[in-house]
Amino acid sequence: MPFIPHTPDDVQHMLNTIGVNDIDDLFDEIPASLRCQNIDAIPSGLSEREVDKILRQRATQDTYQLCFAGGGAYEHYIPSAVWEITTRGEFYSAYTPYQAEASQGTLQLIYEYQTMMSSLTGMEVSNASLYDGASGLAEAVLMAVRANRKIKSRKLLVAGSVNPRYQKVVNNIVKNQNICLETLSYDIKQGNIDINSLPAIQDQYVALIIQQPNYFGQLEEVDTLTDWAQQHNMLVIAVVNPIALSILKPPGEWGTKGADIACGEGQPLGIPLSSGGPYFGFMTCKQSYVRQMPGRIVGATVDKQGKTGYTLTLQAREQHIRRSKATSNICTNQGLMVTAATIYLSLLGAAGLTAIAEQSMQNTRTLVSMLAEKNITCQFQGHYFHEIVVKLPCSAATVINALAQQNIIAGIDLSKTYPELPNTLLICVTETKSHQEIRHFVEQLHAATLIKVG
Amino acid sequence: MNAIPEELKYTQTHEWVRVEGNEVIIGITHHAQELLGDMVYVELPETGSCFSIEEDCAVVESVKAASDIYAPLDGEIIAVNDNLADSPELINQSPYEEGWLIRMKITATEQLDNLLDANTYQDVIASEDSK
Amino acid sequence: MLIFQHSSKGRQNKAQIAITAPSNNLVPEHLRRKTPAFLPEVSELQAVRHYTRLSQKNFSIDSHFYPLGSCTMKYNPRACNILASLPGFTQLHPQAPLIMQQGFMACMFELQEILAEITGMPAISLAPMAGAQGEFAGIAMIKAYHDARNDTARCEILVPDAAHGTNPATAVMCGYKVREIPTNLEGDVDISALKAAISEKTAGIMLTNPSTLGVFERQIKDISDIIHKAGGLLYYDGANLNAILGKVRPGDMGFDVIHMNLHKTFSTPHGGGGPGAGPVGVSHRLRPYLPVPIVVKNKHSDNTFTYQWEDEQQHPQSIGQLSAYNGNAGILLRAYIYARMLGKEGMIRVAEYATLNANYMMQRLKNSGFEVTFPRRATHEFIISLRYLAKHYNVNAMDFAKRLLDKGFHAPTTYFPLLVPECFLIEPTETESKEAIDAFVEAMQEIAEEAKNDPNLVKNAPYTLPVQRLDDVKAARELNLIYTTTNID
Repeated sequence: MPFIPHTPDDVQHMLNTIGVNDIDDLFDEIPASLRCQNIDAIPSGLSEREVDKILRQRATQDTYQLCFAGGGAYEHYIPSAVWEITTRGEFYSAYTPYQAEASQGTLQLIYEYQTMMSSLTGMEVSNASLYDGASGLAEAVLMAVRANRKIKSRKLLVAGSVNPRYQKVVNNIVKNQNICLETLSYDIKQGNIDINSLPAIQDQYVALIIQQPNYFGQLEEVDTLTDWAQQHNMLVIAVVNPIALSILKPPGEWGTKGADIACGEGQPLGIPLSSGGPYFGFMTCKQSYVRQMPGRIVGATVDKQGKTGYTLTLQAREQHIRRSKATSNICTNQGLMVTAATIYLSLLGAAGLTAIAEQSMQNTRTLVSMLAEKNITCQFQGHYFHEIVVKLPCSAATVINALAQQNIIAGIDLSKTYPELPNTLLICVTETKSHQEIRHFVEQLHAATLIKVG
Repeated sequence: MNAIPEELKYTQTHEWVRVEGNEVIIGITHHAQELLGDMVYVELPETGSCFSIEEDCAVVESVKAASDIYAPLDGEIIAVNDNLADSPELINQSPYEEGWLIRMKITATEQLDNLLDANTYQDVIASEDSK
Repeated sequence: MLIFQHSSKGRQNKAQIAITAPSNNLVPEHLRRKTPAFLPEVSELQAVRHYTRLSQKNFSIDSHFYPLGSCTMKYNPRACNILASLPGFTQLHPQAPLIMQQGFMACMFELQEILAEITGMPAISLAPMAGAQGEFAGIAMIKAYHDARNDTARCEILVPDAAHGTNPATAVMCGYKVREIPTNLEGDVDISALKAAISEKTAGIMLTNPSTLGVFERQIKDISDIIHKAGGLLYYDGANLNAILGKVRPGDMGFDVIHMNLHKTFSTPHGGGGPGAGPVGVSHRLRPYLPVPIVVKNKHSDNTFTYQWEDEQQHPQSIGQLSAYNGNAGILLRAYIYARMLGKEGMIRVAEYATLNANYMMQRLKNSGFEVTFPRRATHEFIISLRYLAKHYNVNAMDFAKRLLDKGFHAPTTYFPLLVPECFLIEPTETESKEAIDAFVEAMQEIAEEAKNDPNLVKNAPYTLPVQRLDDVKAARELNLIYTTTNID
């Protein structure tokens, strides 16, 4: 019996204590008409060795050589120590730190994490994580609606260059509360929001959502956008990449007053790609909005002896106390991912993070120049981080399929989401790629386009 | 301290009301602050805003609970206790004096007749305790 | 000490830094960061030692018995972690071409099938990332169902007063008003109150069965009939699925939608707060609204097959994506591995031994003089009330909980459900041995004696942990949420 320690003697003794004859008697309060007849569609149990064999075969089947896809999930090197420590049973198998005295490890780690994320984003406070970048943005939207007391419209403005998956998820989560998003179109030449043609608007929107770098990898003019939004009594929600923040201006310094809420996908910080999860959403904000922030928050305090200790605080915002009036229904968060990210940030430090960001940027520029040699050019002309949109002479799907045969993930086909961008491929190059690998990729990509053209 | 001052009016939901002409001062009772424990935060309405009877108009928050404060009467907020922002513990220390929450101008004076007197409120607490 | 206090300016982990870091000014000046982020500058050994030591300040299933009611803190088999961490799985980009995802998708498809069978629900979506998101998906589907029928006057969700806080919070997130239904003294839903609350405004009810009171809701068929007759739907909170696995299925009880907490019933790790996974199962009438993506298996003419993701294109009435990609895929893999090792026989045994352990422990505590709140058959968990000790010795449930920590046991769930005074909700789970349960009962007896003879000993606990009782009031009044080099000694 896997994972059940009882001996037959134990069972007999326990049944005697309870005063029943057999285990089935313990289910006597379930009406007989409801009792389950069988669950035969579930296969019989296997030994660990047998399951091991199946899983290894399937994992091998999914192995590839090179990945140039990004679009919100990025391949970065993960130092060995990160998951070695994160999967220690004391982190891995601990519960939410409600009993603070028995959870000082997790609690102190979250306090350190909050410090790191606040500093990276240039904000004053951080929560202990949300599910992922997309659902985290949905929570930021709900938070902005609560926090902006000047605008009651329940309408927000979202830059058209924000990750389209995020826009969809936000809409799916907030629409039942009659909150809606309107799009601020991006400039098709620059691939970002054109600050010279911002619409004339009344003070009618709760917040403006800006992503930096945006979904196309391009940089937005965040200062101008932030000032424009705040002049119209909007809050500014910044969606940011934590690795890029080592070299890009943090949201807290955008414009004259800084963004109000920063959020984003924490995956680049030591979390494996893993088919899209588990990742974690981070969220930081100005101190004045802390009581509107969803999710768990750790604070420092002292014990009876005056010794420093850490505990969950501001819990009266949360569902287990505030119930129908909570800031969110979130309970379980992505604690273990935060553990990994905190260890990752400690190992890298600011210098290490900067080096990764710069190396990724440099590699992307190497790719752009090698592609140019093959007459494959970028769709947009502006400044970019580690991702670019390239124009192909054929459909992106053709190239993606051809490169898949070479065990290469070529990138993301944008034409499905953006009809105005036919034959375009979103490509990301991080620090993980060598010069030779980029060269190999360009050769293969070029060859794939020739097959089609020829 | 008298836990239920004679001169005040009360609600079933543990607010107290001090009537001063067509204005009232509102707070939470000694019993309520004892149930909630150490106050850590108070959210008060903006002056000028209007509430109808039984609408939630403020929130008091302790470590273990957050509790809505219901307007005992229809009216307009004309003042709030700003000292509570930095010292929410005033509610614990002095629930009927320094720990007051809001001052309202009332619009329907007949609603005053529905509030509880000290004796009736005492019975409310007693019946809760026996549950 | 904080990691920042180990930091020395200029210290770098050379092994972790890209070798050929160029430092060109690739970012225009006005978009550039001016001051480096405040991150630790420590060696790899310093980081490893610091976080190893921090981990040692935690209780965990691997180190302690953790009878947290409603949380199902059972053993997390090591194989689940090792196999889900194979590079072929962890390195897979979520937007990789389908031919590179077939191994992973096979696991997800089979997991959908297993969960459909164990819940008695015809269709499953693995998309929700935690229990609360599963609840959200469930209520959003109920709303989508009523809206699609132009039945838009339904604006209320009924929730028993004993429910988890996530239930009412979720209903509000979906735009509903919450109406609480009282529980009777036996721990069942008060049927007459339910009937009185039902109206043309009722969109549905959220129920946990076994309920959060540790008992099976015996009138479930009646409740189901009453709600359905009124045009509402039934939502099943799967928090307590461990108690009934393979014994009774939510689908057979008449529920229209269920969420499961895989980090409870399917033994994926709690990770100090997450990640979880909250798949949802639905009856036929809610099938069109399931959140996407969903894996399907396509059979080809040559008898081979491939797996495919379906999204809004194939499911135009879906409530849509709830995460950027496929939910908490790595957690779903762990649950799949666990399910394969258990198999159908193992799943039934989960319910049997979880229930055996709970009833045995309840009986032993009762024999030791503890007050069991609902003295009927326990499910996988049960409630005791410590109000006698609180009243006579001024030792409350929290004091008692802290003293348990000193004895080497994680405390049970304290002060939940809210309607039982000074309560413990206790769930031993099936993976604990009789010896572990006996030791816990003895610790409970010892503390009860201590409370009577030396109440202060219990009131001031714990003594043996890294910190003593913490000042929660200070933490909330004087918020200190990030380190600033001067605010921590």
